[in-house]
Amino acid sequence: MLDSIPSSASPIVEIRQLTRKFGDKAALNDLSLEVPRGGVFGLIGGNGAGKTTLIKHILGMLKAQQGSVHVFGLDPVQDPVGTLGRIGYLSEERELPDWMRVGELIRYTQAFFPNWDESYAEELRESFDLDKKARIKTLSRGQRARAGLLVALAHRPELLVLDEPSSGLDPVVRRDILGAIIRTIADEGRTVLFSSHLLDEVERVADRVAIIHHGQIMLTASMEEIKEQHRRVTLRFEQTLDRPPELVGALSSTGQGKEWTYVCNGETTQFRNAAEAIGATVVEEAALTLDEIFISHIL
Amino acid sequence: MQIHITTSDGVPIYQQVVNQIKFLIASGRLNSGDELPPIRVLAAQLLINPNTVARAYRELETAGIVEKRRTAGTYVSEQGSPLARRERVKILAERIDTLLAEAIHMGVSIDDVMKLVQQRHNAIQSARNEE
Repeated sequence: MLDSIPSSASPIVEIRQLTRKFGDKAALNDLSLEVPRGGVFGLIGGNGAGKTTLIKHILGMLKAQQGSVHVFGLDPVQDPVGTLGRIGYLSEERELPDWMRVGELIRYTQAFFPNWDESYAEELRESFDLDKKARIKTLSRGQRARAGLLVALAHRPELLVLDEPSSGLDPVVRRDILGAIIRTIADEGRTVLFSSHLLDEVERVADRVAIIHHGQIMLTASMEEIKEQHRRVTLRFEQTLDRPPELVGALSSTGQGKEWTYVCNGETTQFRNAAEAIGATVVEEAALTLDEIFISHIL
Repeated sequence: MQIHITTSDGVPIYQQVVNQIKFLIASGRLNSGDELPPIRVLAAQLLINPNTVARAYRELETAGIVEKRRTAGTYVSEQGSPLARRERVKILAERIDTLLAEAIHMGVSIDDVMKLVQQRHNAIQSARNEE
């Protein structure tokens, strides 16, 4: 089960050269992306990077202007029944019918999904401490998110899509969401796609990561590769410098005076040799957090 | 099993799990024959990807520190093994290196560090005897 991820089988989401414009502004620009079956795929990007627009295409809520979108090998706009019934979705806004009670929301959602698991729904309702009789509009922000998560999970979807699920929530509810992601992929073959700007959460749970910026994918790789391929190297120069010299393999640099710190992509041997050739000494080399890696790619 | 995961210093999460289990064994808080939590259970407890826990367990198994028994369960290997002793020495050597680096920065000589180690040892011993 756990060793087979990511799967070499056909991807669960396949996006080819997708472009989407709102007016003159391209929200997605010739974007291609594959999400393999199984595991957790983290989509990271800043505000306005195109995460939500991309997710809306996967759910068939937006039609591709150029390029193609396939989910389970199907076009979600042409075949909403064949795709949406197999997807669980929780958005940042957590749109829910405000006038319903929690129990009604559960029965109402159940009607759409033949695979609905009543005992799982009840187990989630109890563990989330949701009162069946409570009206949705009276729920706190956290309880509203839990209700949204319950109806996204209880039909045991093949693909769980979470758009900024932790946004604006307290740590206790965020734990529930991360726990739900982990439980979902521990079930064989299930896939989670989630977007977030909380990179410590992504680092904890994602198998694969894509960095999206200005509607384009800047980098997509397994979390392991990303962590192994990026290093922070601090150099000490003999003289004070106003600007750091350009060096091969460096993505970005910060510092002042004699000490400058570079973020390197790939083998650092070449970088180290180049630095030593211009009289610098390496004073420190260390691993980077996903936060630091993300920033070095988008700045 | 007390493991703490942080994403603030860049150390890969599987490596943190490996290091902390090694530490728990070397410090005697996990003993030979103890069962490690199942992968899913530890993943849910630490809120990390189950594949990450699986990778950590694989590394520990390759190093001979834990072993899979029959089909179910991962257990701490025999502690008398030279591997476990080597691991203890390695962990202590890392701590000593850090201590020596700080001593050098502060201009404290190796003789004074040795004296201090002996003093602290005596202090801990006498505190224990009073208990």
